[in-house]
Amino acid sequence: MDHQAHLLEVKELKTYFFTFEGVAKAVDDISIHLDKGETLGLVGESGCGKSVTALSIMRLIPEPPGRIVNGKILFDGVKLLDLTMKQMRDIRGKRISMIFQEPMISLNPVFTIGDQISEMFILHENCSKRESWERAVEMLRAVQIPSPEKRVHEYPHQLSGGMCQRAIIAMALSCNPEILIADEPSTALDVTIQAQILDLMVQLKEDFDAAIMLITHDLGVIAEIAQRVVVMYAGKVVEEGQTITIFEEPKHPYTRGLLKSIPKLQERSRYGRQRLQEISGIVPSLYELSPGCSFYPRCPESMAMCQGSVPELVDIGKAHRVRCWLHSGH
Amino acid sequence: MVTYITRRLMQGIVVLLAVSFICFIIFRYAGDPVHTLAGRYATFQEQEMVRKAFGLDKPFYIQYTRFLANAAQGNFGKSFVTRVPAFNLILERLPASIELATSAIIISFIVGVGLGVLVSLQPYAMRNRLVMAGSLFGISIPTFLIGILLIMVFCVYLGILPPFGRGETRMIGFWRTGFLTWSGITHLILPAFTLGMYQLAVLLRLTRAGMREVLTKEYIKTAWSKGLPPRKVIFKHALRNVLIPVITMTGLQFGELIAFALVTETIFQWPGTGNLLLTSIYESDQPVIVTYIMLAALIILSLNIIVDILYAYLNPKIRYD
Ligand SMILES: Nc1ncnc2c1ncn2[C@@H]1O[C@H](COP(=O)(O)OP(=O)(O)O)[C@@H](O)[C@H]1O
Ligand SMILES: [Mg+2]
Repeated sequence: MDHQAHLLEVKELKTYFFTFEGVAKAVDDISIHLDKGETLGLVGESGCGKSVTALSIMRLIPEPPGRIVNGKILFDGVKLLDLTMKQMRDIRGKRISMIFQEPMISLNPVFTIGDQISEMFILHENCSKRESWERAVEMLRAVQIPSPEKRVHEYPHQLSGGMCQRAIIAMALSCNPEILIADEPSTALDVTIQAQILDLMVQLKEDFDAAIMLITHDLGVIAEIAQRVVVMYAGKVVEEGQTITIFEEPKHPYTRGLLKSIPKLQERSRYGRQRLQEISGIVPSLYELSPGCSFYPRCPESMAMCQGSVPELVDIGKAHRVRCWLHSGH
Repeated sequence: MVTYITRRLMQGIVVLLAVSFICFIIFRYAGDPVHTLAGRYATFQEQEMVRKAFGLDKPFYIQYTRFLANAAQGNFGKSFVTRVPAFNLILERLPASIELATSAIIISFIVGVGLGVLVSLQPYAMRNRLVMAGSLFGISIPTFLIGILLIMVFCVYLGILPPFGRGETRMIGFWRTGFLTWSGITHLILPAFTLGMYQLAVLLRLTRAGMREVLTKEYIKTAWSKGLPPRKVIFKHALRNVLIPVITMTGLQFGELIAFALVTETIFQWPGTGNLLLTSIYESDQPVIVTYIMLAALIILSLNIIVDILYAYLNPKIRYD
């Protein structure tokens, strides 16, 4: 464990949803960190709490039904969970930005692209209206949208999905945030567009010097741009390590399953996309989790003890951690 | 956009022609105008004279085209009762109706939309549930009852507002206005609330439902994630999307409030067109009735067209197609 301060550190975060069906422990005791300039991949099948983790960091959990019941989120030494809403608003968009999965519906249909981007400069940098429009054009240029002077005056429905996502990335990066949380930024797009968006993000990360938390259910995407990977399952971290370690020595049966679902990794065309459907069984409902390891019912290597209690996340060297009875060294 | 507007105008003209035809039928065949004009005790010769003098002996299509030609110039004949042109009679009353309808629509828009937004932010709070229950009353209680209740409370018990009439008015050109005097304004409050109550309740419910839906949209999540204050997220990003149907609704109702405020105008003795229509119906004053119907159709149609254009303007998806 290093004792250097991380840029972002999430400690023992628990975000629960209190619904009529019961309590959904969407995020259950998660600790992750992100360093300056780093790209972290957060992977897992859909429904395992990736978005909720991201929204918790932004403090955008819909309340009710959701609530952050426990944990600490340290950003540059500041405890985000202790901030007032007003202080939090100075961080959102300016120091931590977030982009969402569906570009076509993430922009407001009744305002122009320029209006929505320039809003960032007016809000966070006290720019005049004219100056912020000029800077909006510059941002559109930076994300390689052709003829940006024309595009600023257009409405979201006049842009394609890929263009919308570029505009959203432009908006998210406009105030030079230290962290960009990208929640499945390419999932909703065509395969070719997907690759372009990922390329763009890799390039912009250099230009804007932001740390990226890339959320995806596609390990193939992670392989391309993340240095470190956190694998989530049913609200818990099940494995964590350097991308290369995770790809070469996956320890958790779930991670192995995810990896197997990517056919022929080495030759895999970078434009390929594979949904993670090949692990047998389905993600359990968060309302009916068993007391033991939540992957137990689907696990090919399950043992009797897996049913009894949840294993700890143990460090097995080289910053590689895994939560599995196979590796708990008992 | 231009073709769109022309098309709407053409449609409007067709509808107006249809209305005029119905009006003509009423005018000509709902009771024999000769009897009305010549009086019940006229001799046969006298009746024939009237028939000739008014062209009532001409074939149907000639009578109709003459009716149309006259109508186009605002000439619908003289009132049977007062012997002044029916059009002037209505024009004189129109400002009162327009001022009443305008006040009603402004009150219902501001209060309805404002409350709708507030209620949508905490839909399950007790007081907001009460507001919603109240809005059901606004929709289901008949206008005359609302009017009478308001008069009872504010005029009879509290005695702070006048129960009838328009109060003092001023003339601006041909327009008689009540907006410029204190008495005119106090006289306006109760009838405007009565007339606008239904509309207020409808707008409140429409706004609440719209806001509830829009607030869950992805682009609202984006707005929050930008660090915008609640004021901006709610009143700029969310409300602007909700306002499209709300403004359409308001505009469409406005014409009806001008044209069909009969009940409210009667309760409050408001000297508007609705009151005039009612007396004209009692007295079978067909020229006035027909003029009224034509004018009402014209006002409602024009407002519909304006609303359509406004709708296209507010909604970029239509504006740019
Ligand atoms: N608004 C909500 N109300 C109730 N439950 C929610 C809500 N949002 C998320 N959840 C719960 O949290 C779980 C994880 O969701 P999420 O983080 O969106 O998954 P993903 O990993 O696909 O991003 C969901 O399966 C759901 O049970
Ligand atoms: Mg998600």
